[in-house]
Amino acid sequence: MNVFTTALGGFVGFASVAAALMVLLALVLTAVRLLRGPSLADRVVALDLISMLLVAFLVIFATSSAREAYLDAGLALALVAFLSTVAFARFIERSGTPEDDS
Amino acid sequence: MMALILDILAGSLILLGGAFCLVAAAGVVRMPDVFVRMHASTKAGTLGVGLIGLGACIHVAAGGFVAKALLIIAFMILTAPVGAHLLGRAAFRSKTAVWDGTEFDPDIEKFSQPLDSSQSAQSQPEQGPKP
Repeated sequence: MNVFTTALGGFVGFASVAAALMVLLALVLTAVRLLRGPSLADRVVALDLISMLLVAFLVIFATSSAREAYLDAGLALALVAFLSTVAFARFIERSGTPEDDS
Repeated sequence: MMALILDILAGSLILLGGAFCLVAAAGVVRMPDVFVRMHASTKAGTLGVGLIGLGACIHVAAGGFVAKALLIIAFMILTAPVGAHLLGRAAFRSKTAVWDGTEFDPDIEKFSQPLDSSQSAQSQPEQGPKP
């Protein structure tokens, strides 16, 4: 079962498919910044946004497939994403050198 | 009738949340430097996740689902500013390139001077031999 054959009909079914497509497009755009980003901080910002978008996608998927377990995955992902952002911020602050290679 | 109203409300919230996620990603791609990109990703991204979770809550309306979705939203709202602040401070201290149009405070040296001295004061005991 994938996102596009949602169990829901009506407006919410259409809305969840459209929102899932928008989140997928947003993931592609953010991956562009993750690959291009001139400094290390840019890449960490993109990684943070990617995890945030994945949580949004999991919430949409839990709604459209009516499976609550995906919300647990989203909650765990949000926790790990915050910890990884904090760790990367410490790392950037500790390394202290400008990381520009553009 | 009530079901139709709830359906339209939940669908609109989910659509709006998806649109905000897209705006956040567009901002991260288009904006000129780290700090402005962080501005786009943190605020619009949190709002997108929050709106999608709220729409899912309204649509599903089962106890455990609503509790978990609200927990996700609350956690996002709590942690996104903290993470962005840490990341912005780290980028500022490591002298990441800023956009040319950035207007600095005239006392910027006064702000960066104690930062550097406190940074060296912090790193001094760490590099020294531990008793």
